[in-house]
Amino acid sequence: MLQTNLCNIKLKNPTILASGILGVTKESVGRVGKAGAGAVTLKSLCHEERQGNPNPAMFGYEGGFINAVGLPGQGIDSAVKDFVRLDNMGIPVIGSIYGYRIEQFGEVAKKMASLKPAMIEIDISCPHMDYGKPYYADPGLTAKITKTVKKNSGRIPVSIKLSPNVYDIKEIAHAAEKAGADAITAINTASGMVIDIDARKPILANKIGGISGPALKPIAVRCVYEIYETVKIPIIGTGGVTYGKDAIEMIMAGAACVGIGTGIYYRGIGVFKKVCGEMQDWMKKNNLKSLNEIRGCAHK
Amino acid sequence: MQLSNKPETEICRTDIPQMLEISDVVQEGKSQKSFFFRRPMECRPGQFIMVWLPGVDEKPMAVSYWRKNEFAFTSQAIGRFTNALDNLKKNDKLGIRGPYGNSFSLKDDACVVAGGIGISSVSTLIGKLKNPLVIYGARSRQHLIYLKRFSGKNMILATDDGSYGRKGFTTGILDEALSSNSKIKVVYTCGPEIMMKKVFDICKLHDIECEASVERMMKCSFGICGACMVNDRIVCADGPVFNASQLSKLSEFGRFARIKTGRKVTLKEYHGLHR
Repeated sequence: MLQTNLCNIKLKNPTILASGILGVTKESVGRVGKAGAGAVTLKSLCHEERQGNPNPAMFGYEGGFINAVGLPGQGIDSAVKDFVRLDNMGIPVIGSIYGYRIEQFGEVAKKMASLKPAMIEIDISCPHMDYGKPYYADPGLTAKITKTVKKNSGRIPVSIKLSPNVYDIKEIAHAAEKAGADAITAINTASGMVIDIDARKPILANKIGGISGPALKPIAVRCVYEIYETVKIPIIGTGGVTYGKDAIEMIMAGAACVGIGTGIYYRGIGVFKKVCGEMQDWMKKNNLKSLNEIRGCAHK
Repeated sequence: MQLSNKPETEICRTDIPQMLEISDVVQEGKSQKSFFFRRPMECRPGQFIMVWLPGVDEKPMAVSYWRKNEFAFTSQAIGRFTNALDNLKKNDKLGIRGPYGNSFSLKDDACVVAGGIGISSVSTLIGKLKNPLVIYGARSRQHLIYLKRFSGKNMILATDDGSYGRKGFTTGILDEALSSNSKIKVVYTCGPEIMMKKVFDICKLHDIECEASVERMMKCSFGICGACMVNDRIVCADGPVFNASQLSKLSEFGRFARIKTGRKVTLKEYHGLHR
């Protein structure tokens, strides 16, 4: 009932662990797979080993969640040794990659491709990361990175993760599609800040962070809706999906699949099974056999 | 349409640090201090809180005291964060969130093995257990704390240098105790992981239950970031207390840990990098 096809990858259901939540180790991937996710995205890796930001790096506040973890990671070379391969995990694994310079996106993609992930996701959109240039806000740079990664990924499909912190997400999505992206992941977190009035300081060590969870959902739904009107490639709708009804909403906006990250904070690692169960209940009640019957229906 | 339309309580979850005034600072040893807060804390032995010192860092700390309307954590000044804590005085504020994690099982006929500052993680446990045998070791006399607090307890003290109590390690004493005392049914432990691994091995030899409180680098403390994974277990959420059957499945326990970057290193390297 929930089986989904994403760039010819067969998913048992449309829920995908979003990048940055768990997904640091091979064994955590296995665990999320057992918890019922349709696919798992690894935490983003780049060309070098990174510590990330000091603590506090994340917390839930009233109405949402904020983080500035700062992309810690062992680096692609160490990860290649750690993971060995990604095509034998019993679940499709999406390798998330980034670099500081455009060539580095290509280098990391090549090494990631050697692990045989089901898909490569390009992270150009971390809101609290100094890439040197705001790749995510410039259609020309987005296209260049997409081309570079595609050139280095062989036959592995490539999705590019976009930021809501832009003037017009449609033109970015359009540029990515034209440059050869196979899918679009929408969206990364929205830039935000929480100040503790007793400490009189921002709580995050990085001061500014990315908002996720329920607060992000209407923004994500709007972005998916706009992107769906602009491109033909599939969209992984990510942002605030916590309950089955959120996933249905995202699919109605046009998403092929839904990313779930912060949902784990609210409902535990069992969130994948819960969301799928709630989606099926809703589908039965509405006499639906396939999600294709409602995909993008909000546009009609 | 009815699809969990009513908001569930989980969705309102928050984990914002609360700025609390330090109500008292107790010097426990040469470099160990307990920081008290006059606030109730619903807590079980083995759980921890996240302590935020604005502008410095936020780290997990075991709840080392809790009474009606009061709790405390105990810190040993060994690194940047704990040295900054060491300078705090009564009425200064710290951001506190928690408690987090699971807890010890509280079974009778117990032995508690503590090493170094690990005593703070089992201190409330010792208070809850019915007449436990406590084996507590540290590098030297000045690293032993809470001696007055536990003066009425059945306790064997040890130091590596022999400056107080017996000279030697807690693990040797545990082995002796289990060989001569058949009454002990469960061993609870917290301390350096090398010690806990030995405690676990000794318990296995004697066919006795064991629970260990495991320490790892933490970021979120509620099981989503994956920083503190040991094999497929999330220390902050699945632990920090693991029993023998769980520990036996963790090949990394006593051998490897992941540093801030997520890279797996030997325990020795881990302790050198993260103090």
